[in-house]
Amino acid sequence: MNALILSAIWGLVMMFCGVFVKSKSIPKYIAVLGLSIVLISSMIELLTKKSFFHFGYNNMLNTEGFNLSFIVIILFCTLIYFLLTGSEIEKVGAHVGEYFALIFFVLCGISIVATFNTLLMLFIGIEIISIPLYILTGSDKRNLKSNEAALKYFLMGAFSTGIMLMGIAFIYGGNPNASFYIDKIEMGIGHMPVLIAVGLLFVLVSMSFKVSAAPFHFWTPDVYDGAPTVFTSFMSSVVKVAGFFAFLRLFEHAFGIVQDQWQVLIVFITVATLLIGNVTAVFQQSVKRMLAYSSIAQAGFMLLAIFALNDKAKEGILLYAAAYSLASIGLFGVLTKMEDYTIDGFNGLAKEQPVLGLAATIFLLSLTGIPLTAGFQSKFFMLMAAIQNGHHFWIVIVAVLFAAISAYYYFRVIQAIYFKEATKTIILPHSINIPFKIMLIVIAALILIIGVYPELVIGWMYR
Amino acid sequence: MDIKAYIILSLVLFTIGIIGVLVRRNAIIIFMCVELMLNAVNLLLVAFSKMHALSSAVKASPGYASDAQIFVFFIMVVAAAEVSVGLAIIVMMYRNVHTVDVNFLNRLKN
Repeated sequence: MNALILSAIWGLVMMFCGVFVKSKSIPKYIAVLGLSIVLISSMIELLTKKSFFHFGYNNMLNTEGFNLSFIVIILFCTLIYFLLTGSEIEKVGAHVGEYFALIFFVLCGISIVATFNTLLMLFIGIEIISIPLYILTGSDKRNLKSNEAALKYFLMGAFSTGIMLMGIAFIYGGNPNASFYIDKIEMGIGHMPVLIAVGLLFVLVSMSFKVSAAPFHFWTPDVYDGAPTVFTSFMSSVVKVAGFFAFLRLFEHAFGIVQDQWQVLIVFITVATLLIGNVTAVFQQSVKRMLAYSSIAQAGFMLLAIFALNDKAKEGILLYAAAYSLASIGLFGVLTKMEDYTIDGFNGLAKEQPVLGLAATIFLLSLTGIPLTAGFQSKFFMLMAAIQNGHHFWIVIVAVLFAAISAYYYFRVIQAIYFKEATKTIILPHSINIPFKIMLIVIAALILIIGVYPELVIGWMYR
Repeated sequence: MDIKAYIILSLVLFTIGIIGVLVRRNAIIIFMCVELMLNAVNLLLVAFSKMHALSSAVKASPGYASDAQIFVFFIMVVAAAEVSVGLAIIVMMYRNVHTVDVNFLNRLKN
């Protein structure tokens, strides 16, 4: 578990860096250095199956290739995020080192939820992710919207944690093995025991809260809209897919055997999420808020993995993690440079900044799922997994229809970028530099490469 | 005592917590209701732990039955961490708007 230990250590390093380093621009470089170390060491662990640290964790964490490759993808996307928008983090407030430290602690939590083997670790991992995010959401202390977003996020997060704990307690009570290990939960013959069924329901509700699936999505747009844009980028991409990974891992290992008894609930949640996310996104005027709703819509597609629970779904969730995080981070990176967050604010972007316009277009196309982009491959894998599952075939048709609706609101931004004239200044002055453009080109290239060779991402999981 | 009594007691506490979160408008009271939910869980976990320890199936591996009691400690620790962050957020909001009423949260919608 190199990722877990090293990211926790580097979080501490960043905290001390916040105390001792007075310059505001240095913490970014230290963070990039540390994240590169974490990324390389977890790649070494993935390739050689050997961790630098030897300690008995009582089989509470499972470091199989699938989990480790997910961690590597997450770390890679976070590195891209640091490189692209690290200078924006400096502008949020005075405590630059601490912001990076909190992001490292989130990564530490993500490496727990990606590998958990017991419900205890699931709970702790989710809390380690959530608590730093409450702080990051409220980090713009003078801004009332940021305060409100933080309070709302905190109250909703604590509430859903309570529900999840109740679920865990019931599952424990109904399990004659008296164990929190997810593969030692006994489902009995025929119907589930009542206590476990109640527990499953509670856990399902709370995980839907965490990944903002309808009908438990109502906090998402407000929180994503109120948080500083750089941190919205992180929350809506990397953290969200990590939540899905935990969701998938829990339901595959703990409740996979009795899938026929809860699958219809997932079908309901998936369809509701796709419907609410896509239809509400159509009516948004602010691109930031539109992206918040689109993240709900994308969550609907990711829920297909939990609906399907097969090997294709596991490959799909890895691809989705990479494709969605990259496109989302890139698009938010462009958004941080805009003067005006409404769709009209994008008018004529291509004329003024051709590189930004082209990169944003590729990100939007990838989010829509146009072929040759990574977004297409990930949606394709999800739909194929749902078909292979064999039940409720109509859900695939519903998903494709809603993907078509999503084209409307994504293409509206592309239309503004290319086919409308700018009436005022659209880019924040002195904000675009050469490294930023290079990073955008790199992300766009990665999206296209993954779109052609998805094996680059999913090949790792079978190691 | 019968386990059902404990389940009912902790579900009652839990429901009071949920109703409080949904109905009350004061951020600190909502927060206390969340704590009530967590403590209902703690009670239930300890009761289940005792129940499993007395049942015959677990006798073979007695270590597991005490897992839930360890879990309770983790919940307490995490709840404490959450309190510190949550109160800080509430104080931060109070400094800006001089109220802890969550009805203020509605201005994000427009």
